[in-house]
Amino acid sequence: MAKNKSPLTRTREPLSNTQMLMFISIGIFAAMYLAAIIFMDSGFEKPQMFFDLLNDNAALIIISCALTIVMITGGINISAGGVISLTAMACALFLNNNGIGSSPLSIFLTLLLALGIGLGFGVLQGFLVSYLEIQPFIVTLAGMFLARGLTTILSRDPVKVTHEGFLQLVQTKLKINWLGYTAPNGALIPAKVEIGAIVAVGVVVLMALMLRFARFGRNVYAVGGNRQSALMLGINVKRTVFWAYVISGLLCGLAGFVFLIHKPAGNASVAMRSEMDAIAASIIGGTLLSGGVGNVVGTFFGAMILATIQKIIALSPLNASWWQDMANGAMLSFFILLQSVVLMRRNKKKDTKNDKNKDIAKERGAEIT
Amino acid sequence: MEDGIVLTMRGICKSFPGVKALNNVDFTLRKGEIHALMGENGAGKSTLIKVLTGVSDYIKDEGSIRIEGIEGEAKIHSPQQAQEVGISTVYQEITLCPNLTVAENMFIGRTRGPLVHKKDYEKRATEILRDLGIPARASQELSRCSLAVQQMVAIARAVDMKCKVLILDEPTSSLDDKEVERLFELMRDLKKKGVGIIFVTHFLEQVYAVSDRITVLRNGELVGEYLVENLPQVELVAKMMGKSLDDLAELERIGQKSGAGEEVVYEAEDISSSECRPFDFSIRAGEVNGFTGLLGSGRSESVRAIFGADRVTGGKVKVKGKPVHITKPHDAMKNGIGYLPEDRKRDGIIADLSVRENIILALQVIKGMNRPISRAKAEAFADEYVKALDIKTASLDTPVGSLSGGNQQKVILARWLLTHPQYLILDEPTRGIDVGTKTEIQKLVLKLAEEGMSITFISSEIEEMLRTCSRLIVMRDRKIVGELTGDDLTQVQVMKTIAGGEQ
Repeated sequence: MAKNKSPLTRTREPLSNTQMLMFISIGIFAAMYLAAIIFMDSGFEKPQMFFDLLNDNAALIIISCALTIVMITGGINISAGGVISLTAMACALFLNNNGIGSSPLSIFLTLLLALGIGLGFGVLQGFLVSYLEIQPFIVTLAGMFLARGLTTILSRDPVKVTHEGFLQLVQTKLKINWLGYTAPNGALIPAKVEIGAIVAVGVVVLMALMLRFARFGRNVYAVGGNRQSALMLGINVKRTVFWAYVISGLLCGLAGFVFLIHKPAGNASVAMRSEMDAIAASIIGGTLLSGGVGNVVGTFFGAMILATIQKIIALSPLNASWWQDMANGAMLSFFILLQSVVLMRRNKKKDTKNDKNKDIAKERGAEIT
Repeated sequence: MEDGIVLTMRGICKSFPGVKALNNVDFTLRKGEIHALMGENGAGKSTLIKVLTGVSDYIKDEGSIRIEGIEGEAKIHSPQQAQEVGISTVYQEITLCPNLTVAENMFIGRTRGPLVHKKDYEKRATEILRDLGIPARASQELSRCSLAVQQMVAIARAVDMKCKVLILDEPTSSLDDKEVERLFELMRDLKKKGVGIIFVTHFLEQVYAVSDRITVLRNGELVGEYLVENLPQVELVAKMMGKSLDDLAELERIGQKSGAGEEVVYEAEDISSSECRPFDFSIRAGEVNGFTGLLGSGRSESVRAIFGADRVTGGKVKVKGKPVHITKPHDAMKNGIGYLPEDRKRDGIIADLSVRENIILALQVIKGMNRPISRAKAEAFADEYVKALDIKTASLDTPVGSLSGGNQQKVILARWLLTHPQYLILDEPTRGIDVGTKTEIQKLVLKLAEEGMSITFISSEIEEMLRTCSRLIVMRDRKIVGELTGDDLTQVQVMKTIAGGEQ
């Protein structure tokens, strides 16, 4: 091997599959949003529209992250929607009946309750999936039924939050003047961002950092990439899977709290099917159901793509839920197709390389070192 | 523990349902030696390695493992624990994560602290890769590297772990000659540093190129431990096959070997399948030939390619001089080729069907589903062959699964004889059946050849093949390395051919 060049000369690496799929989803989001600005006269050009997408879909973004982390391990968590409804209901009841009054303390306790419920589901499901090796689909399906059932036991009727302090929190919005617009009457209307949206973005950032820079995060990818290898490499596979479910559950609990901030009422039927939207968001964002590939930044844009489709249809003459579903379905199919075509082409390129691998590996080696 | 010894395994036993995979095996590894672990496929090499590295489901039933520097018995219940006591392993199949980078694969699972320091890893990995001359970038995704490079990354990881015991389980199977040579240099370097290396391979030359000592296993039992200089290659082959060179007396013939006719029944040029490399082969009418070699040398794969049992990837085939395409078993059957598979439970009998139904199966397939064989005819056929082959069954309607192994084998044989093939391939027809039946089958083979049928006969017992075959094709590492006829048909000659080159 020649050792003439410095080995640390940084060569630009080709995009990994994870990055590739993420950029596709960011690109599609940008294109779609741009098209909406150009072709629709519905206010997409105003920053507020973007923030509204965030505000309305904060809970979806959070559970999409919850889905992404377990999907990277090769698992699934379909109890997410159920946990949202259970958490929102429990929190609403707690806020109305806690007896501490409207103090900030009671809101803090409510948050703890939300996280506690999520944690409980996470720990239980994580234990069953990792240590007892039960299929994650079945475990979380059971979790979904359990959560929906418990919600109905807590209250059959919708529970409106009457807690003063919490309602204030609901109204609290971050106002950004320079992103606002001037109304016809001349008044400046600032862009408004809800607390939930800020929490959701925070979750995305934290999760992205963890998956990229924390040892645990890399272990999650290793487990999803090849479980047996991960074991052989000395990774505690069971513990890693367990914690992935714990984090997933915790995020679902947080999503329930955020949901309540957006719509301050508990109801047994809220967030129906939202776990399916979250799975779709993860997949559109580049997470593979087979595990090992994906990241939460992609997932964020996946969720935003779904939200944008929803908005576009709601503002168009086609405003009906079946158009919504069909557009989502078409989008999902298109994405899966696109992903498999892209990945297939990449792998094919690699294979032809590998056929001649012996020579090329050497050439490449000589070129690198 | 004695000085200079890094690892002792004593009295290791490991059973799986129905199989004793390891029976009272001892193994000793000294400091700074390369110790080859040899045996045919299924001899227990991999099981021993997995026991030593704590792979789940492979926890030993009995025996003790001691490692230098550790008081008492070493407890190894997981790959992590094995790493902690200083045992690193590079497995035959690559056990790295394809979706992580080269550097991450080298450091994951053995760092402390909550964060990964990507830059540090990449810097250190680059140094190690350069030292070992591995053509990969540290920041490259592993799935972008060729298999050979991936294998070398796995070795680099193991080397960097400052292990006392390094296990290389078939590390060379995906490497070319130059890469193998580089790996050997690396092994010698490590040896000088005092690492004990366990080297598992089926390439005999490689064993002699680097090893100091050889331990031979056979059928899960220890055959012995030898210094390389005291064990010539031919003797190693004999030990692996369970023979001793002393008692290779001339065998008594059980019948006259038939001479081959003139007509070439089957001829293949460059035939290959997903499982075997291209080879040429032909057989004449009335000839009995055999494929021999160690278990795993590719002899079954070769005949499976002839029958189209694996995905055929190329080659020109002629049957009786006429070019034909054989890509699936049905094609072969239509061209008068029959195949009795090695694994009769998996590929051969249908256990829940009756003796009669099993016997007429192949004939029915050839005739096509639209022309059923009448019950009366089926009874007659089955009856004829049950008598002719002396199949011991309560009735024709008995499920085949309840018959003894030898009788099951005869049922499959009857199935093929009923189709009157011109060319019959028998892959291990005598495995797991009693001696009497074995002799019967051998006699039957010779009788069928006398009547003009061409037969390929494969057996793990060389004596059987020498008794029945007039031509032996010898295989090693999935290649044909020799063809023996006439006076060369002796055990010694076969083993020498398998051992290759030397002597």
